[in-house]
Amino acid sequence: MNRLEVNHLKKYYATQKAVDDISFSLAPGSVFGLLGPNGAGKTTLIRMITGILFPDEGTIDFDGKKFSPEQQVAEIGYMPEERGLYKKMKIGDQAIYLAQLKGLSKAEATERVKRWFIKFEMQSWWNKKVEDLSKGMGQKLQFVTTVLHDPKLIILDEPFSGLDPVNSNLIKEEIYQLAKKGSSIIFSTHRMEQVEEICDHIILVNKGQKILDGSVTGVKQEFKENIFALDLSSIPDNINAPSFEVIRKENNQLIITIREGFKSNDVLQYFLNQQAIINSFHEVLPSLNDIFIKLVHGTPLARQFQTVTA
Amino acid sequence: MNKIALIIQREYLVRVKKKSFLLTTILVPLIIIAFYATMIAIGMSNNTDASKIAVIDQANLFNGHVEKATDDASQYIFITDEAPETVKTKYKSMGYDFFLYIPHLDINKDAANIELFSQSPISIAQKGQIEKMVNKAIELKRLQSANISPEQYQSIHSDISIENKIVNGKEEKKNVAGVAFGVSFACGMLIYIIMIIYGMMVMRGVMEEKINRIAEVIVSSVKPFQLMMGKIIGIGAVGITQFAIWIVLIIGLQYALPLFIPSFDPHMMQQHGQVPMAGGNAGMWANMAVGLHSIHWGLILFCFVFYFLGGYLLYASLFAAVGSVVSEDQQEAQQMVFPIMMPIILAFVIMSKAVSAPNSPIAIFGSLFPLTSPVVMMGRIMYDVPVTQLIASMVLLVLGFVFFAWLTGKIYRTGILLYGKKVTWKEMIKWAFRKS
Repeated sequence: MNRLEVNHLKKYYATQKAVDDISFSLAPGSVFGLLGPNGAGKTTLIRMITGILFPDEGTIDFDGKKFSPEQQVAEIGYMPEERGLYKKMKIGDQAIYLAQLKGLSKAEATERVKRWFIKFEMQSWWNKKVEDLSKGMGQKLQFVTTVLHDPKLIILDEPFSGLDPVNSNLIKEEIYQLAKKGSSIIFSTHRMEQVEEICDHIILVNKGQKILDGSVTGVKQEFKENIFALDLSSIPDNINAPSFEVIRKENNQLIITIREGFKSNDVLQYFLNQQAIINSFHEVLPSLNDIFIKLVHGTPLARQFQTVTA
Repeated sequence: MNKIALIIQREYLVRVKKKSFLLTTILVPLIIIAFYATMIAIGMSNNTDASKIAVIDQANLFNGHVEKATDDASQYIFITDEAPETVKTKYKSMGYDFFLYIPHLDINKDAANIELFSQSPISIAQKGQIEKMVNKAIELKRLQSANISPEQYQSIHSDISIENKIVNGKEEKKNVAGVAFGVSFACGMLIYIIMIIYGMMVMRGVMEEKINRIAEVIVSSVKPFQLMMGKIIGIGAVGITQFAIWIVLIIGLQYALPLFIPSFDPHMMQQHGQVPMAGGNAGMWANMAVGLHSIHWGLILFCFVFYFLGGYLLYASLFAAVGSVVSEDQQEAQQMVFPIMMPIILAFVIMSKAVSAPNSPIAIFGSLFPLTSPVVMMGRIMYDVPVTQLIASMVLLVLGFVFFAWLTGKIYRTGILLYGKKVTWKEMIKWAFRKS
């Protein structure tokens, strides 16, 4: 049974089809990347999943049942891109308050906040106000308040912005832990290297529509271009083979593309015949960044307004 | 709902725990009282202006002796061995401030040739005091010449004030028009101020949530309407707390003040009846006391609390809706607030008319229409409003609040998550009447 099942979701505004027929599903324990350029409709999609907005059309099922924002509030943790905390409120009180709004009792909330603060080495912040925190500190606090109530579905919008590498790793580690315990995580970002590192499944949204859906490895396989890297002890001077073409040379590495009708073994055979010593040979898969740019390329950088007839 | 309670609690505690809350709550009445105390002190210090006055009394009005009022600290010294012309030129060098010259005169005619000489214009209070004293002396002389003793005169002298009694079947009560007017106006004014001050506080709170982007986090946990109502009720509770503190402070100060400024005590004034510039002072205080007693304090208090709550809740929801559509810009907020301020100001204008013409059509309309009734009804309440009108007004206010809460809840829900776009009133009305 899928944790989340989104079917043909639509949300039209007066001037834009913000979300135009998007479907996807999310398994328990998976880390799901929601990608897309600015203004693609990610925030609207997330707001519908969190119950902040109602979809115009389509359904959302949560754990096999129809999603109802009121009942499932406690199952969802949402960290919006724009950080939101009460500036004048003490940090400890604030974390407890937000947890109580999610349905925890005061004692339970206090206990959990303390535990998380110790884990993140934030104990000394308890009586500080949010306005005294740096951006990165605020980020950590926001993450804690998002996951404090052990939600089954965690939605993180750009969780690493403003964090140094040490704290980024800390949060990354927590995300893995939460996924391991069975929480599903939707991770929305523009930073493709983070997606490759963390996510097991991605969808790419552009102009309100889903243009790509699959596992990270699957997507990479789908967009591979037959490019291989070959490490040799020394590169022969003259390379002239029918089976492949050299794209570029880098020190002792050759980047090649195999011609139609040939296999990788033909390439290796050629170098073996040349008496070259092969250190490594592997396929170069495109980075998600490349795929992203390729798919989104050609569409205008900012979405244009359009009149919607619906 | 449990979550509304949580929100109310936070909104309340966050404001009450602030240092500025205690500061304003205690400082505001202190400043007001200090202001009045200073004014009273200045007023009283005028009368203690002790001057030395040379008097030549050729008409022998005073028989060489001035029976002066206790609040008149001036010294009157009679000069018999000098001619008026010489005193006139050298009274200053003789150590006097003024020189009062009373020539021979016929006491049965109004004397116009009494003169008071001074270096610079004399104060009105001082002049009044001297005139009063001379008049009294002339009166006494006239009584003597008509063979009427002062006791006889007292029994002839008439000083009445008409009492307004209201008979409404059940009981007869004394009414004092001025007191009813004053209390009505004060109540209406208070509600007017409350609605603006605490309404604005709600608006700022909503704007803060929107600008800090906390709204998005909260509305993923609670319904926007819960958040809005929680804020409104929480701030309302802050207002009630503040009022309670003020009432306690005012009562406390009323008892404490006479210890520091004895003449401030109304009872003392009554006993002596010698307060400057107020001849019938004792009578005025007694009247006031009667007037205050004649008021139905129970009814007033009940209505005040009811209209305070109703008016506040209604306007707070309007202010919350405005706060939710404003993004970042204070100036934008001011523009958007204007349409809400209009009915409040209108209410105040109708109320100031209603206190003097409580049964005029405009006053009756104003006290029924929910947007103006909290202020206007308080202006009418002293004048025995018909029960049917009172009930109708209250029901309409409750209905009005429910209607506006429903309407503004919808605006709020959309507005709070909308950024970077200037919202027009047209759009807000569209959101308000859109089906959810």
